[in-house]
Amino acid sequence: MNVTTLLIQSMAVLGGLGLAIGIMLIAASKKFHVETNPLVDEVLEILPGANCGACGYAGCADFAARVVEEGAPLTGCPVGGFEVAKQIGNIIGQEVSEGEKKYPYVRCQGGVNCTNRFDYVGMEDCKAVMMLSDGEKSCSYGCMGRGTCVRACPFDAIRIGEDKLPHINKNLCKSCGLCIEACPNDILVFAKENEKVHVRCLSNDKGKFVKEVCKFGCIGCKLCEKACPADAIHVTNFLAEIDQEKCTACGACVEKCPQKCIEMR
Amino acid sequence: MAADVSLFSIFMDGVFIRNFLLIQFLGLCSFVGVTKDTKSAAGMSGAVIFVMTMASVVSFLLYTFVLVPLDLMFLKLISFIVVIAALVQLVEFVVRKNLPSLYHSLGIYLPLITTNCAVLGAVLLNVMSEYSFIQSVVFGFSAGLGYTIVMLMMSGIRERVTLMNVPSAMKGLPHAFLIASMLAMAFVNYFKVIPL
Repeated sequence: MNVTTLLIQSMAVLGGLGLAIGIMLIAASKKFHVETNPLVDEVLEILPGANCGACGYAGCADFAARVVEEGAPLTGCPVGGFEVAKQIGNIIGQEVSEGEKKYPYVRCQGGVNCTNRFDYVGMEDCKAVMMLSDGEKSCSYGCMGRGTCVRACPFDAIRIGEDKLPHINKNLCKSCGLCIEACPNDILVFAKENEKVHVRCLSNDKGKFVKEVCKFGCIGCKLCEKACPADAIHVTNFLAEIDQEKCTACGACVEKCPQKCIEMR
Repeated sequence: MAADVSLFSIFMDGVFIRNFLLIQFLGLCSFVGVTKDTKSAAGMSGAVIFVMTMASVVSFLLYTFVLVPLDLMFLKLISFIVVIAALVQLVEFVVRKNLPSLYHSLGIYLPLITTNCAVLGAVLLNVMSEYSFIQSVVFGFSAGLGYTIVMLMMSGIRERVTLMNVPSAMKGLPHAFLIASMLAMAFVNYFKVIPL
């Protein structure tokens, strides 16, 4: 057998095989054709495609299908934010109003301002610190500043500052909430952009103890409660809490607070 | 050479003695990838049984009636791969049409059967062992069955392991590898001793 026949035969066999299989597959794809909504694919194109699951569905494809077919909220994707919601709205013909952006808010001003009960030497992680008799800080509600939230953030939006407290970079934050889940002491809470006034403390300890250990902790003195013209701030369990629905951001409580523990931003 | 081997011993050979996952270590990607729950493991196994049996049939016909007469045996690798790829594509169409939830839970592993070396391994072993048509089909089917048994065992164990308190450094894959090694030891020591 010379080379030419060998070549021709090989090509004929493989080519014929390919042709036969191709025809068979075309027939099969016609027979087993699945109708998919073309809008789903269009929406999927726009989504970030990180498959992070922050929307609460199993990945971007699932979210796209739910939005188109089951009317899930357009603003459901926290990573894409308003821009993506607007584009999805254009595709499926719905108006979107700008959703509130929300960011994690650090409810502790302790850090270097809070005294330590002992010197911790060990793994640099808040959860590890917590395991050693509830942490080194005198205040059991406070931030330990070991950066568990920093490592939880997939978008590199958190830094531990000079004050040993986490700082959130709003330009990078995608509101996914992973840091909030990671924090063993629940220091981080979601706060909406338009909520101006916040109590930066979570301590339910009595005022005398808070004053001893922390420069800025809430002592439950109720001066803010009396100062508030809108009846929006109340002290329960030695801790002031603001009702954001009623708050008018007048700043009266911020001025009155002797501990500088209420912050206006 | 293989003409006098009984179908039963070929069957036992495919299922246990030359078990593809635990003795020959072929197709391990899906072995650790799709065994997180029994339902998708069963679906994957069903697809593999179908593809292996059909690939045995088609590749035997192709090899005996096209490649051998034309003396083009060197084409067996590439032509078998083409056949397997087409069969997998067919399975994908059927699963997508009839079992959409299984289609989603299998995800990338369904198209990956194409490159699952277990399937190609079964087909090539058929040719190497010079099996007849019936023997090839039985071997292809039994290899798929052996794959299924191990997949179901593995997924059953891994489902129960999720309730266990595994040290976090060992969670997931490392633990799965440990389970696989113990299963493999059991298979080697049991079935090597069966005389055929």
